[in-house]
Amino acid sequence: MASSETALAAGQRARGLAPFLRSQMRNIAPFLTLIFLSGFFALASPSFATLDNLGNILTQVSVTGIIAVGLTFVILCAEIDLSIASIANVTGIAVAYFTLQDSYVNIANIPLPGAVAILLSILLCALLGLVNALGLTVIGIPSFIMTLAMMQIAAGVSALLVRGQIAYKVPSLITTLGSGSIGGIPWLVIVAAIMLLGGHLVLTYTRFGRYVYMVGGNREAAEYSGLNVKLILGAVMVISAVCSGIGGMLGVAHFGSAQQNEFDTYLLDSIAAVVVGGTSLFGGRGGIGNTIVGLFVLGVLNNGLDHVNIDSFLKILIRGLILLAALVINVYAQRLREKAAE
Amino acid sequence: MREDRSPILELQGITKSFGGVEALRGVDFALHAGEIHGLVGENGAGKSTLMKIIAGVHTEFSGRFLIDGQETHFRSARDAHAAGIAMVHQELSVAPDLTVAENVFLGNQPTNALGLVQWRRMAREAGEQLARLGLDVDPMSRLGDLSIGLQQLIEIARVLFSGARIVILDEPTSALSPPEVERLFATLRRLREEGTAIVFISHFIEDILRVSDTVTVFRNGRKVAETASAATNKGALIEAMIGRGGEALEHSYSDDLMLPTPSNSPVVLKVDQLSLARSLKDVSFEARAGEVLGIYGFMGCGQQELSRILFGKLKPDAGTLAVEGTPKTFASTAAARRAGVALVPESRRDMLFHQEPVYKNISISILDRISSLLLKPAQERDIAKRQVEQLQIRPPVVGLDLGMLSGGNQQKVALAKWLTYPPKLLVLCEPTRGMDVGAKNDVINIVRDLRAKGLAIIVLSTEPETVLSLADRILVLKRGALVREFRNEPVSKDRLLEAA
Ligand SMILES: Nc1ncnc2c1ncn2[C@@H]1O[C@H](COP(=O)(O)OP(=O)(O)OP(=O)(O)O)[C@@H](O)[C@H]1O
Ligand SMILES: [Mg+2]
Repeated sequence: MASSETALAAGQRARGLAPFLRSQMRNIAPFLTLIFLSGFFALASPSFATLDNLGNILTQVSVTGIIAVGLTFVILCAEIDLSIASIANVTGIAVAYFTLQDSYVNIANIPLPGAVAILLSILLCALLGLVNALGLTVIGIPSFIMTLAMMQIAAGVSALLVRGQIAYKVPSLITTLGSGSIGGIPWLVIVAAIMLLGGHLVLTYTRFGRYVYMVGGNREAAEYSGLNVKLILGAVMVISAVCSGIGGMLGVAHFGSAQQNEFDTYLLDSIAAVVVGGTSLFGGRGGIGNTIVGLFVLGVLNNGLDHVNIDSFLKILIRGLILLAALVINVYAQRLREKAAE
Repeated sequence: MREDRSPILELQGITKSFGGVEALRGVDFALHAGEIHGLVGENGAGKSTLMKIIAGVHTEFSGRFLIDGQETHFRSARDAHAAGIAMVHQELSVAPDLTVAENVFLGNQPTNALGLVQWRRMAREAGEQLARLGLDVDPMSRLGDLSIGLQQLIEIARVLFSGARIVILDEPTSALSPPEVERLFATLRRLREEGTAIVFISHFIEDILRVSDTVTVFRNGRKVAETASAATNKGALIEAMIGRGGEALEHSYSDDLMLPTPSNSPVVLKVDQLSLARSLKDVSFEARAGEVLGIYGFMGCGQQELSRILFGKLKPDAGTLAVEGTPKTFASTAAARRAGVALVPESRRDMLFHQEPVYKNISISILDRISSLLLKPAQERDIAKRQVEQLQIRPPVVGLDLGMLSGGNQQKVALAKWLTYPPKLLVLCEPTRGMDVGAKNDVINIVRDLRAKGLAIIVLSTEPETVLSLADRILVLKRGALVREFRNEPVSKDRLLEAA
């Protein structure tokens, strides 16, 4: 039996390169896009392919990367979280709100010790995630709608906290992680790398990770297997919110200020990173590895466009077109895989 | 009845492999107009694969493919459709969110001059077509709200009345109860008179013998026999299928069977006055350890709903459940599983992950027993291998994606999920649906094993044979109410049918 097993496995591989490639389209296409974009910008601009610029790209994608870790869990479950940017924003503002600001900052805030401030902020984002989770699982509101409402709620809380003002100070730990560096490597990049790695390990090697894939792959079957589907869905919503919160705190330190609407672009960027990387919008396929490739595609694109001389308004359009292409590939990859499987 | 004419469809030397799996090896197959051609063979013998080649689903194979004597190569199912070939797949392929009428006309809805769908006409014609199969359903209801059996009939209706001259039915009767099967057969005979060629796949050999003119037997991807139905019998067909004597497997259950004296072992499940909307009315019964309780009834009698309630998937409107004396209200399937209840639903699609390998499908419901935090893939594979061996799942490769197994083998995987750590109460809906005679026998033996281990087992089925072959005690469910209990007395297929 062992030999028939290896023979079959070999057969499966040998069944031809074309079907194999077709079934792996989801992983290959984003990688090719990345190589193509890097090559293009390297040729177009001498300042692009430098070590310094690589550092820039890494720093630029780090906050998105931290937020995208949690979002990957959500999308793997075939749900969506539109509140990530708002939650990042409110958490960043909260950590500043609980920190003593300079006297010229006109915010009626509550200064607390740094550790307490951080803890409270994380509790806040976890709580917001929990509200998402309850709305989705207990009440049964589709995640798209539920998190749309949360996007507003979190923005509302942010507005109430800062009232149009700008805060600057955050606890020193956050300042270090957000804007410091060690041995020339920004802490921000290190934190993002650790979180991506952690997310990957959880998804690949833990029971919970398997459940996430199975729930995303076939929710009905997961339920008939006796899994607690609601618990798993709830957990990914909380994970997503906490990742966003961490991204928000470090982001505030990185930008040097906390204010309303600071993270607005991160919603689309994070979703784009996950989806461009090839994680299926239908759930069950993809992972952190895909998200990392997606982050680089986005990072190279954003950064590269700054190195070449084109109309900055045209850049927005180009970004949109590339995202569209990635989405088309995402949907087609699903179909091709189904074809290859048959 | 069949004159010697040239076939409308002829396949010569068809070979098809999926990577290392040779599904078909040099198969010749011919089909004549006005013929019902039965196809039998073990699970994984290649029946569905051959039919999918005919229907243009599999387009890569070697061998010659002739229609009306013309060499043809379909590039898609659409090509096959244009050539007048229609198929009902083994796996239900309906659109649950569309109406019944839309499903009946899927792909060729009647439109007016402006290209708008003529709803009224569509509903009326759909209603007429369904009535020909003896179905009385509202054409405008949502298909997904109907039972699996009804959905299957509606899919059959779509194909039968699509005007195709070659109709392929891959296990169409697996979800149907006897009266529906009769109406289906009457319709098939009428179509035959009109000159349609029909291929009919089934594991119910009696059905095959009754309705078909010719029978072809597959084994291991080869055609091993082709005879006129009149010239063969069940024993000979089974022998050709499995390659050895099949006497033990051809029990027909038309004679009385004596049910044993009811056991008085502890009650595992007590159901009291269960009611659910229009599906169940005051259902009360007990299931005991070491006993197989059969619940028989026609399609739509409330079996499905009952099984879902037992597993926490549906909430009853009234009534109580108690497991080993403790009252339970299952808030979720997870709660039911924790309480020691397991369910194998009748539809594989609901239970299995097609894009995941076999071993993950088998381990998913026992992962918490294998690992606390980190996965142990090696152990998962070992467990899966044992089950694959015990249930003779083919091919025996636990790393293969589930979607690559034949229908019957998928059904075995669905059962395998619960066997490693047996629950206290195992609820099986149509446990042998889609399985070949040998596999059915294996399932019977496994269920007996589990019974000997002291499990309480409930078998719900619309097939009298399934219930008769497994149960120690039989309840008959009719329109949501329990109408008869057979215990410690003779029972037969006819008696069951009469009670239902
Ligand atoms: N898409 C696929 N990929 C790989 N192998 C496949 C695929 N489809 C079928 N097979 C293999 O081909 C063989 C024949 O399968 P097929 O579905 O034709 O069997 P069958 O006779 O219809 O069985 P059943 O009675 O269980 O439906 C099996 O070994 C199966 O595992
Ligand atoms: Mg089949």
